[in-house]
This record gives sequence, C-alpha cells and structure tokens, in this order.
Amino acid sequence: MNVYLDNNATTIVDPQVFAEMEPYFVQKYGNPNSLHAFASDTHPGIKVGMEKIYAGINAHREDSVVITSCATESNNWVLKSIYFEYILTGKKNHIMISEVEHPSIIATAKFLESMGCRVTYLPINHEGIIDVQTVRDNITDKTALVSVMWANNETGAIFPVEEIGEICAEKGVLFHTDAVQAIGKLPVNVQLFNVDYLTFSAHKFHGPKGVGALFMKKGKELMPLLHGGSQMNGYRSGTLNVAGIVGMGKAIEAAVDALDFEMTEIREMRDDFEDELLKIEDTFVVTPRNKRTPNTILISFRGIEGESMLWDLNRAGIGASTGSACASEDLEANSVMEAIGAAEDLAHTAIRFSLSRYTTEEELEYTLKVVQAAVIRLRGISSSYAYAPEGHESGLDSHHH
Amino acid sequence: MGIDSLIGGTIWDEYSNKVTDLMNNPQNMGEITQEQADEMGAKLIVADFGAESCGDAVRLYWAVDPKNDAILLSKFKSFGCGTAIASSDTMAELCKGKTVDEAVKITNIDVEMAMRDNPDTPAVPPQKMHCSVMAYDVIKKAAAQYKGVDMESFEEEIIVCECARVTLSTLQEVIRLNDLTTVEQIADYTKAGAFCKSCIRPGGHEAKDIYLVDLLEEYEKEKMASAATLGNEGGSDVDFAKMTIVQRIKAVDKVVDDNIRQMLIMDGGDMEILDIKDNGENIDIYIRYLGACNGCASSSTGTLFAIENILKEKLDANIRVLPI
Repeated sequence: MNVYLDNNATTIVDPQVFAEMEPYFVQKYGNPNSLHAFASDTHPGIKVGMEKIYAGINAHREDSVVITSCATESNNWVLKSIYFEYILTGKKNHIMISEVEHPSIIATAKFLESMGCRVTYLPINHEGIIDVQTVRDNITDKTALVSVMWANNETGAIFPVEEIGEICAEKGVLFHTDAVQAIGKLPVNVQLFNVDYLTFSAHKFHGPKGVGALFMKKGKELMPLLHGGSQMNGYRSGTLNVAGIVGMGKAIEAAVDALDFEMTEIREMRDDFEDELLKIEDTFVVTPRNKRTPNTILISFRGIEGESMLWDLNRAGIGASTGSACASEDLEANSVMEAIGAAEDLAHTAIRFSLSRYTTEEELEYTLKVVQAAVIRLRGISSSYAYAPEGHESGLDSHHH
Repeated sequence: MGIDSLIGGTIWDEYSNKVTDLMNNPQNMGEITQEQADEMGAKLIVADFGAESCGDAVRLYWAVDPKNDAILLSKFKSFGCGTAIASSDTMAELCKGKTVDEAVKITNIDVEMAMRDNPDTPAVPPQKMHCSVMAYDVIKKAAAQYKGVDMESFEEEIIVCECARVTLSTLQEVIRLNDLTTVEQIADYTKAGAFCKSCIRPGGHEAKDIYLVDLLEEYEKEKMASAATLGNEGGSDVDFAKMTIVQRIKAVDKVVDDNIRQMLIMDGGDMEILDIKDNGENIDIYIRYLGACNGCASSSTGTLFAIENILKEKLDANIRVLPI
C-alpha cells in the first residue's frame, strides 16, 4: 500500500483541476497578450480563474492578486521590494519576521541583513506560537514591515495574524503573511482583518506546481520584482501561465468548498490517528491540537532519529517528512523543535504527518501498524534504550560536539 | 556543478547496497551483558560516543580476552540515521577477532571502504561521512577504557578534517606549498572539507577547535608579514611617483602577483606589464592581457576596474591602467 502523508510539502493535483487545465496546452495555447483569436481564446479561462482566485481569499476587486511562479517568488518580492522602497532609501531601517518562517523568508531576510537592513527574528513560545506582545515590543518608528506566517509548515501551529495585523495597522507598519499552509485548512478572508500582503501557492491545495500568488491590498502595491513586458498590470512581467491560472482558480474553489470537510472530517481523522500514535510509549507532540491546522501532526518518538523512521516508513510505501538531522543537506536539528526549546534529545526525533482530503481511514490504519513496528525495530537498535552494566556511567547524555 | 547539481536528488540514492542492507538488517546489533562476558571469561567494555541531542550516538560493547587482548565479541546499539547504523555495524564487524591495539588502528575511512559495493564508488554521500567518524571515535573510547588511559593518547596528530582524516600539519604544508587561498582549493588538494563540511567554518554540523578558514587566515597573515619585510628591504616605502622605472615595474609586478594574477590564472588568463608613463597628473600603466583574458568582455570593464582599483589602493591614487 502506498500512503502519502506529506501534504504540507505538496499535494496530489485534483483530477478536476487537471481536467480544466488540459485544453490550455495543446488547444488554447495562444499568448494572451497577442492580437488574434489564438490569444482571445485564452481570455475567458484566465478571467474565470482570476475571479475564483479573488473569491478564494475574498479579495476586493480593487485589490491586486498577482500570479507568480511560486510562494518563494511572492515572499522574495515582498521583502526585496520593501527593501528597495523603504530601507535603501533610508525611510526605514527595520523589518520583523518570526524565527520559524519558511526559508524563502528567512534566507531573504538574512540577505537583506547583509545589505544593511536590521532584522528582528521573533521567537516562538513553548507551544510553537508567536506571542503578540513580542511584535508590539519590537516595533519602532523605523520598522517598514512585519512578516509572519499564518500557519507553520512543520508543526501546523496557527499564528495570531489578526492581532498582529491590528498592531501593524495601529503603528502604521506594513503587514505580510505567508498563508501557504492556511488556504484550504483555515478560513482565509483578507477583508476580515488588516493584511497588506498575503502569499499563497496552488500546489499546497491540490493545484499545479509552479503557480503562486501575492495579494496586495489596494494602495499598498509593491514595485515589481520582475520587470519586463508589463503583464499583470506591470506588477509581474512574464507571459501569463494560462493553464496555471486556470488550475489555481479551480483548485482554490475546490479547496474552499472542501474547507468544512477539512476542518471536521480530516481533523477528526487526524485526531484519532494522533491518539493512537500517542499510545506508543515516549512519544510527544508539541503544539496543542486546537492551535494547529487540522491536517498536521509533528510527533517525536524518543530514541529514534527522524531519518531512520522515514527509512522504515518509506520501505512500507509511506511518505512522511522530517526537518531533522540527517534528512536534510544542512544536517541540522529540526529548527522548530529547537526554537520551541523541546528537550534537546528530541530535536532529532520529530516526524511530520500531514493529511489531505484524499487521505483515507484505511491508509491511516495501515500507517499506524507500520509506525508501531518501526518503533519496535528502531528502538531495538537505538542506544537510547540499550543495556548498560551496573555502574556504567552513560556517556550519551553530554555533547561531544 | 552543472546539471546534476541543479536537480539534486535524494541522499538515499547515493547509499551503497551494503549500507542499505545493513540498515535493514544490522548484523552486529545487540548487547553484551555482564553475565555473558563473565561466562566467556572476558572483560566487558561498554563505550559511549555522541549524544541524541547531536543527532547521532553509539554504544559499543566488547568482550575482551584479558590474556591476549583479543576482542572475542563486538556489538553495538546506535541512535542515528541509516548511515550511522550501517557504519556502527561495520565498525563492530571490523573489531571482531582483532586485538585492542589492532582495533584502534581502524579508521572511519576503513569503515566507509568496507561498506562500498565496489572500490571506486563511495558508500555514502559526502555529507554523511561524519557518521562513520563516530564509529571510529567510539573504538578509541572503548580501547581507552580497556587500557585505563585517556582517549586522546591514541591520536598522534591533530586531525582537522575527521571525515577525510587530514592532519593539521598536512594542511599547513599543502596550503603554503601551493599558495592556496580558498577552501575549495583545499578540498581539491587534500579532500579536507569536502565531506560533512563541519571543518570549513564555525556553524556546521559539529563545532571544531580548528577550521580551514582559520588556516587560510593564518597563511594570509604570514604572507602579509613576509611581504611587509620584503617590501621594506626593497624600499617600497618610497613614494611610487618618485620611483625609478625599474622600481615602479617591480612594485607593480609585486602587487599584481600578490593580488591579481591568481584570479586571472583561475580563469585561464594572465597579464603582463608593458610600460609605465607619467601623463600629466596621471601615471599610466600599459598592460597586455594573455590567454583567456585576451578578448574577454570583462577585461575592459569589471576586471580592468578591479586591477586599477587594487593598484590605486596599493601604490598611487593617480594610476590609470590601459590595456593594449
């Protein structure tokens, strides 16, 4: 059996989405900006797609929701344009992000830091969530932007973006949120709270890869990152990704339609699965369930290094994820686990299971059995549970690095 | 670089079949209890290395015959990824039947070689080499315990890069002899820093006492110190504008040698100084590009500005560089 439980990384494309995109490859392939019927054949599809994308986040018609190539582009765009407009010109000198943002925010902020911008990295608390007070405490009259993700990709922790938005409005600071993990998992309505910029990406909600978007509130439009042929009202040049726009539109419509299902049925499946996992001895989950997206579990199995668990899961056809130790190129402990200040010996043991509306009970039952067997096998190998003769002073508790 | 570096891949694809098999079915995984050791008439050694908080840890069990120091039985338990488990397993296997003194000579490179499917293909990707280092360290720890000595007493030289086992003295010598200036060059010459990269600069997987960047900085300082001495002997304190033409050419040549030539040669080019003339307020240095520099677009823009700036900074603000 193959089970895909890595939906925070990417998702299967909804077959209906794929079906709507298909005509825009071989039949309606015109460049929308040209002056002929090949071009105008694409216009109705683009219009419908854009209307659906606007509706998906309840953007006002006067706002700009600009289609990009991915969330990384959208995030880079916000930070770099803010740098050009406010920092480089000397109007402001400071931006603020959380310490557990996606790399497309963190790495960009670090780059801007190297260019002379002051950056504050807001800490998360023991539940993996930002304290609103830290935002208030760190804002100065030189702060240009606060950028805080709506929901964390690793833990699923939901951040208080409404309250942060309010503080920003009060202080006259621009506010951006990376909502990549929020669409289709939480109600997203840009008119319900103060937000100037919002990033999202189609492939996280059963749309195609290579299509992202950036919402910009009316009056807060950024200077372009990509200059060129003035597509997208000049905000983002480059020939329109027609099939991508059509696909993203359909995908967000379907995701919003399925939101109730996600927030009830999927949440229940997730909770039941988590209950069963937690019955295994020495397992830990950090962020409380009601403060998480309904599809995500980040769980530590003491004594089992994350990559070994992924190894055993993969052998059984199950795809999950870990940000810990050996699994990633940089060989670092799970950054969120570290930021939470989880017991040090747990930083390398976190496994993330992320469900989608395509996940079935049967798949989770199978996964549970595989996890239980893997825990027995890997703890059998683990030094954490190993025999020591009487009087042996364990050398495994201290750092050797 | 190139296409393979662009699309990346999964590290698991780079594991040898042996690593995969050992991860799935470790052969020497297990424990030796005090009772088992007593029954064998052997001394039980239990050595730990690493920590869960660092991402990998291993406990090594030996049953050693006290009469001849032979390792009768060798078992391990390990917290870590697939390569850590496979390396620990291979290490325990290599210890079997050896004396403690022989076992101490097993290095992480022996462990990695033993896990290869064929002699020419590494058993693990570079960033996983550090996993085998832990297997090596725990042997030393076990041997030290058996002999009642300090673990460091087995290390004759200071190792800077543990993955490739490159010593401090080797690195210092190679850097000096070949005038190395980048960590990439060090990796090309010695393999140091080519694996887990912890030894390159602080902030890697493991904290180190000595980093490659320190060695480069040390060499750079050495060079500057000796250049200063040489410069004084050669009288470069004299104002460049007041030098004789021979002194001027020598001084320019030295700046080019120390700061510029290496950069040009790396791109397959070079340059020579043709003439130096006073031209009103300016001092014009006429140069000719050689090799790949000749005709390179940057030779009249970026590279030229760089050369001019360095010469201005080092010798005289009125210098202009004119390629012919």
